[in-house]
Amino acid sequence: MKKLLGLLFIVLIPFGAVASGGSNENLDTVHIDLSDTKSLQRGARTFVNYCLSCHGASYMRYERMAKDLKISDSLLRENLMFAADKPGELMMTTMPAEGAKQWFGVVPPDLSVTARYRRPDWIYTYLRSFYIDESSPTGWDNLVFPNVAMPNVLYRWQGGRIANFSESDGNKHFEGFEQLQPGEMTQEEFDLAIQDLTNFMVYLAEPAKLVRYRIGLWVIIFMVIFTIFAYFLYKEYWRDVR
Amino acid sequence: MSSFIRWVDARFPLTKVWKEHFGEYYAPKNFNFLYYFGGILTVILIIQIVTGIILTMHYKPDVDLAFASVEYIMRDVPAGWFVRYLHSVGASMIFVALYVHMFRGLMYGSHRSPRELIWLLGMLLYVAMMAEAFFGYLLPWGNMSYWGAQVIVSLFGAIPFVGEGLAEWIRGDYVISDATLNRFFAFHVILLPLLLALLIYLHIVALHKVGSNNPDGVEIKQQKDETGKPLDGVPFHPYYTVKDTFGVGVFLTIYLAIVFFLPEFGGWFLEKDNFAPANILQTPPDIVPLWYLTPYYSILRAVTFEWLPGGAKLWGVIAMGGAIVIFFFLPWLDRSRVRSIRYRGWMFKTMLTLFVITFVMLGYLGTKNPGHVDLIWFKNVTWAQIGLVIYFAFFLLMPIYTRLDKTRPEPDRLVK
Repeated sequence: MKKLLGLLFIVLIPFGAVASGGSNENLDTVHIDLSDTKSLQRGARTFVNYCLSCHGASYMRYERMAKDLKISDSLLRENLMFAADKPGELMMTTMPAEGAKQWFGVVPPDLSVTARYRRPDWIYTYLRSFYIDESSPTGWDNLVFPNVAMPNVLYRWQGGRIANFSESDGNKHFEGFEQLQPGEMTQEEFDLAIQDLTNFMVYLAEPAKLVRYRIGLWVIIFMVIFTIFAYFLYKEYWRDVR
Repeated sequence: MSSFIRWVDARFPLTKVWKEHFGEYYAPKNFNFLYYFGGILTVILIIQIVTGIILTMHYKPDVDLAFASVEYIMRDVPAGWFVRYLHSVGASMIFVALYVHMFRGLMYGSHRSPRELIWLLGMLLYVAMMAEAFFGYLLPWGNMSYWGAQVIVSLFGAIPFVGEGLAEWIRGDYVISDATLNRFFAFHVILLPLLLALLIYLHIVALHKVGSNNPDGVEIKQQKDETGKPLDGVPFHPYYTVKDTFGVGVFLTIYLAIVFFLPEFGGWFLEKDNFAPANILQTPPDIVPLWYLTPYYSILRAVTFEWLPGGAKLWGVIAMGGAIVIFFFLPWLDRSRVRSIRYRGWMFKTMLTLFVITFVMLGYLGTKNPGHVDLIWFKNVTWAQIGLVIYFAFFLLMPIYTRLDKTRPEPDRLVK
């Protein structure tokens, strides 16, 4: 019987280890650190200035973001609230959905929980994989998300690049990017900016993550102590049972 | 105090009920850790009800509001994220405990006479719990909620003649829609919880009528001392209440660790596709139910033989339904002379081991693309077909192998 149980456990263990599938894209790894408030603040600035023009984060309130990211009320009002009057408002986009449909063909998706739907690595790689493609309606294409309707919004930072492909057996193989115009940032600066933005989007997808681990630790400590006491109480009661 | 109790006792059998079910309900002394899971199930169910009530206060069953209301709970409701994770992780934890609880019964012969009704009521509970989980899964209105429900409800469409009409009747529409969301909400928060409460009550009444089985398969009621107390039993309270407190403590520690540190459990408890709102135009690449339903989903997809009369889909649905229904017949399929696995021969042990491995394998394959190779040698669908054969062989051959199996005589008293 013991063998049987042992077997059961061996079969069940991998359950935790296997993630729910994914594609075979080669994604760059991004370093996520939600305790780095400075990084989250920089990410928030990029997000509000560049993403929020077209995308909403309509489940999130400015006030909550400011509180979590330790941004003062005046800083919030002056630098981060372009599309709202009150800090308690949701982070809606100002772009009308009907207009978006005409201009881009689709309504840009809400970004509130995107980091839980797409992995952080995906977002990080995607935002750094735009290249100039004159044949596309926006003039841009993306290596991670081919034929995407979104243009390279951070073009001024990154500069313009084209992608070189080689062809063999009818398949296109990516060979590398070629920088045509320089951007305002170096490659390292740009990668760092996108890392901050991705970091912020991970926070945005689940603000509770900031407190979850901290509270969780105390809860587990309490539960372990409780269970130890319960164990000795059980042993005490059962001492006379033969 | 005692005069108050006397007053109540003259009007309601309070002391009598307490004695019958706690203070003087004798349970065998030799329960091992597998016997914790009945109590654990009760505790998680209470957690599910309490968290469910709180979630219902903030959730909106409306296709335009449902997804946003869940995110509202996650962000704006104080401790809403904690309540929601307790509930979503709790659903999976119930099935973890449920499967161990069922396996325990299978192993020690708790389905055997005179406990057939306990087994049948337990099976009804299992089916009701699957329905409860399925209805609940639509409520967040994520894309996987939507397409999962679409696929499962469309299965009813495979039934000849009445199928399409039946599926439409369940949905209240031609596709999963607002009407479906509203009725699933009603089923999830009213119909099934009531049904579950009733079935749990009956399950325990039946159990306390015949008494608990145990790892030795001994009937403790047959060996009593001069005062009429079972020699191998201890009163449920305080002995098992205090022991179960410890067991529940261990389980809750694991449960809460998942809630706080791994609420998605790598996509097994919350799927990433469900973080996008339901989209009728965008089918997820692989539509899969949550892990506790995937063994049956695997069986459904394993039937790919189009030459069968009525088509493969119909027979897949029959196989899936049969895989659940056949559990109900277990008490009569098992022909062994003994109850517990401890006194059974190698045949039953082998078949049970094979069955458990098969069940886990089918569960794993149910989350994978049938055309891919995720195990060794064969495609997933081929392994699922092998699994299907073993699954049904375990039950259908049971009358034969349990009778042929060499058993050892069961003792009258517990083995020390």
